[in-house]
Amino acid sequence: MLGYVIRRILIMIPTLLAISVITFVIIQLPPGDYLTTLVNEMQSRGESMDQGRLAMLRETYGLDRPMYEQYALWLAGMLRGDFGYSFEYNLPVSDVVGDRLSLTVIVSFATILFIWVVSFPIGIYSATRQYSLGDYVLTFLGFLGLATPSFLLALVMLYFANVWFGTSIGGLMDPRYIGQPWSWGKAMSVFEHMWIPVIVIGTAGTAAMIRRLRANLLDELHKPYVVTARAKGLPPGRALVKYPLRVALNPFVSDIGNLLPQVVSGAAIVSVVMSLPTTGPMLLQALRSQDMYLAGSFLMFLAVLTVIGVFLSDLALAALDPRIRLSGGASR
Amino acid sequence: MSRTLLRVEDLKVDFQVPGGVVQAVRGVSFRVRAGSTVALVGESGSGKSVAAQSILRILPRNAAIADGKILFDDGIVNNGAGPVDIASLKADGTAMRALRGGRISIIFQEPMTSLSPLHTVGDQVGEAVRLHQRVTARQARAQAEDMLRRVRFPDPKRALDTYPFELSGGLRQRAMIAMALVCRPALLIADEPTTALDVTIQAQILKLIKDLQADLGMAVLLITHDLGVVANLADEVVVMHRGRIMESGTREDIFADPRHPYLKALLRAVPRFHMAPGERLVPIRSITSQGGSLLEKDHQPWPPGADAAGPLLAVEGVRKLYGARKAGWFGAKAGAGTLAVDDVSFAIARGECVGLVGESGCGKTTLSKILMRALTPDQGSVRFNDHGRIVDVLELEGAALTAFRRKVQFVFQDPFGSLNPRMTVFDIIAEPLVIHGIGDEAERAARVKELMGLVGLDARHLRRYPHSFSGGQRQRIGIARALALRPELLLLDEPVSALDVSIQAQVLNLLKDLKERLGLTYLFVSHNLAVVDYMADRILVMCRGRIVESAPREALFRNPVHPYTRALLTAVPEPDPSRPLSLTDLEEGRASDPARWPAPFTIDADHQPHLVDLGGGHCVRADAAVRVREVA
Repeated sequence: MLGYVIRRILIMIPTLLAISVITFVIIQLPPGDYLTTLVNEMQSRGESMDQGRLAMLRETYGLDRPMYEQYALWLAGMLRGDFGYSFEYNLPVSDVVGDRLSLTVIVSFATILFIWVVSFPIGIYSATRQYSLGDYVLTFLGFLGLATPSFLLALVMLYFANVWFGTSIGGLMDPRYIGQPWSWGKAMSVFEHMWIPVIVIGTAGTAAMIRRLRANLLDELHKPYVVTARAKGLPPGRALVKYPLRVALNPFVSDIGNLLPQVVSGAAIVSVVMSLPTTGPMLLQALRSQDMYLAGSFLMFLAVLTVIGVFLSDLALAALDPRIRLSGGASR
Repeated sequence: MSRTLLRVEDLKVDFQVPGGVVQAVRGVSFRVRAGSTVALVGESGSGKSVAAQSILRILPRNAAIADGKILFDDGIVNNGAGPVDIASLKADGTAMRALRGGRISIIFQEPMTSLSPLHTVGDQVGEAVRLHQRVTARQARAQAEDMLRRVRFPDPKRALDTYPFELSGGLRQRAMIAMALVCRPALLIADEPTTALDVTIQAQILKLIKDLQADLGMAVLLITHDLGVVANLADEVVVMHRGRIMESGTREDIFADPRHPYLKALLRAVPRFHMAPGERLVPIRSITSQGGSLLEKDHQPWPPGADAAGPLLAVEGVRKLYGARKAGWFGAKAGAGTLAVDDVSFAIARGECVGLVGESGCGKTTLSKILMRALTPDQGSVRFNDHGRIVDVLELEGAALTAFRRKVQFVFQDPFGSLNPRMTVFDIIAEPLVIHGIGDEAERAARVKELMGLVGLDARHLRRYPHSFSGGQRQRIGIARALALRPELLLLDEPVSALDVSIQAQVLNLLKDLKERLGLTYLFVSHNLAVVDYMADRILVMCRGRIVESAPREALFRNPVHPYTRALLTAVPEPDPSRPLSLTDLEEGRASDPARWPAPFTIDADHQPHLVDLGGGHCVRADAAVRVREVA
């Protein structure tokens, strides 16, 4: 098992390297760089920039060097913990991202928790009472949740939150806490604001998860080992939790890997609509203005998240399912 | 006369299905005396399993007991004051749950799916103890270990922490039995306990059930379609058909003097040893095969003298190693691999039916797949005689391979998995014709219709999908598909092992007739010796990837030489109480371990014997010819 873990961690290195190359190439693909974008912008405003200054800036940022050298510099910097310099904010990337990253993690984590807590009981209810009235109602609501675009839901929720609860529109905290150090009041304010984005971002995921759990569980409920459990004299509820639910968990767990980046990146548009101080809107902006180091760092952040997520779900699967743990090396 | 333990009175069970009510059990009455064995016999759909499920109240959700009583009295229920009516209890109530698994327990047919794959054997066996007795986890574990020892697990302590998928089929069924018996029930319901097992394992499990029954003094309600098992185990027999009891009585009466026509028919439909030469099985519902002129139209007759070029199929020195994976970058180290097929040589003459017998995992399916080029062997050669022209099958490529595919066709074991559920029967049977570009649309339609007639199916059902056919009908569709290209050789991989006995006879007779009418050649793979005995002219016995004995049918059954063949023959239960299984002869699993065969048959690192000819086409794998003659 230890050998497997080490092997998996080692294999993450070439994976991430390959992703970093692709990321870098994609960022460089559009013609020009940040400075050309900047010059264009200034010209459209009727201003101009003197050529000497431009050349100097090019040299300081290394934009005049060949691409592979730029890549090597970027990579070496990242390994040292230096993610480069954001042109747009005139700040090191880590300073720009810092607070947003932690807020993103909080929102994502809360969303995943929300998805699990809501979809689990509903999924079990739907499966064990298949084709009952409750199942139909919940199924209908689930499809509704799947079909509603999340930004629309965001707008609706924002309106009602403001009208009914008086919570300020948008953002993740009361305006007066922005830029302030963390305090009890700030944390409470974050929680007060967070439920809307969590519900909005989580609705589609919850609906999908309910459908999946229902389908998985329905498959398992009719397996002979469930009958065996009943024949032993096990009460129905305990039999359900111990046997079929346990087996139905597998696809759930293997989903964690996908869930993490999905929640983080899928929330971008919602975050724009709700002006959440998370990473999504910033990534969009950085990509549009060719703020290459900022965008690159974001994309790498997502990649690392995906790779780690898949790794974690594989470990969890092995822990949960002896078939995977014990017959891994065997081949037919 | 012992006490009545269970009395079922006029039991009726209904299933709610779309479009109405199906009466699965229509007024069944029987009784089980304490400590005795009653066999409930019938084909699938006869309601025998439903009756058993009603006794445990574990019927599917859409089924309910409509009427009748199930009186159970083990001297303990009701504080010994008399019987309790199980039919009137709440299915999931405390009283029923106390009986279920505690006083009455059940073992199922499929030991793999009946045990949870995610829980250890110790957990699942111990759970039964903790549900019915006030014991600590440690005590439950000790009881589980004791029970595993009683069902003869080689290492019960270690077995507690193994998962079911780490065990062989026989051991899984033992674990299942341990789980059922750990609370010392008064009644054990055994629902087809050995149907999914090999004959030698079946014999061991039957002996185990018999021994434990004597040990624990419990009654057994045996549900089976195998009259051989009934003849060996049951004291009384109840024959069911379509939810009703046809006949019941003691074992001796039933077998000596079957009264009811259904039982008589059932007995005639089972292939058994010692059948008179040329005797045909009589299926319960016989089918007629008709047509065949279109199929013969473009079949070239064999030129005279073509057979002199060689046998239809000649296999020499074939060897196949599985699982020897190459070590990848970070991959696991390559193991030694499993030798699926080793040093296999045989020939099939045109018009012959060769039987290939062996337990599951002996390599017989691998071998048949090599013959049709679905797998490539590591060594050896396969040669095919195509109208006098010898073809090296393993060298074929491109168009030549496609042409060869028309000569050899395959019929699969599982009639459910081998037909695409999204294709109509017409599309399924016509597909080979389409692939090989035979005929235009009208021609194909005519051929498919003829093929349906050939396997005794109604050509009006061509628009239907496979799910609306029974297992036997589906297998016939599979045969029609295999015949569509008018092959020379049919590879039949366990074609009847998934079918009921009554249907089995029908399909076997059909295959016999088709062989005769079309002049086909068969390789008939099976684990059932009686079936092979009925079908084959010559029999190959395979064990652990090697052919250990090959002989003409009569010679093999008259004078089996190899210890493995002998073990196989003694392990088959016969539907005749006067020929009981000599259960003591079967050593635990020793018969199929080549290293433990006595000299000169031993196969291990030092001994690698080859096939030795004993004369008359009878070959056996042994060290020296002289010493084998002595044994023979």
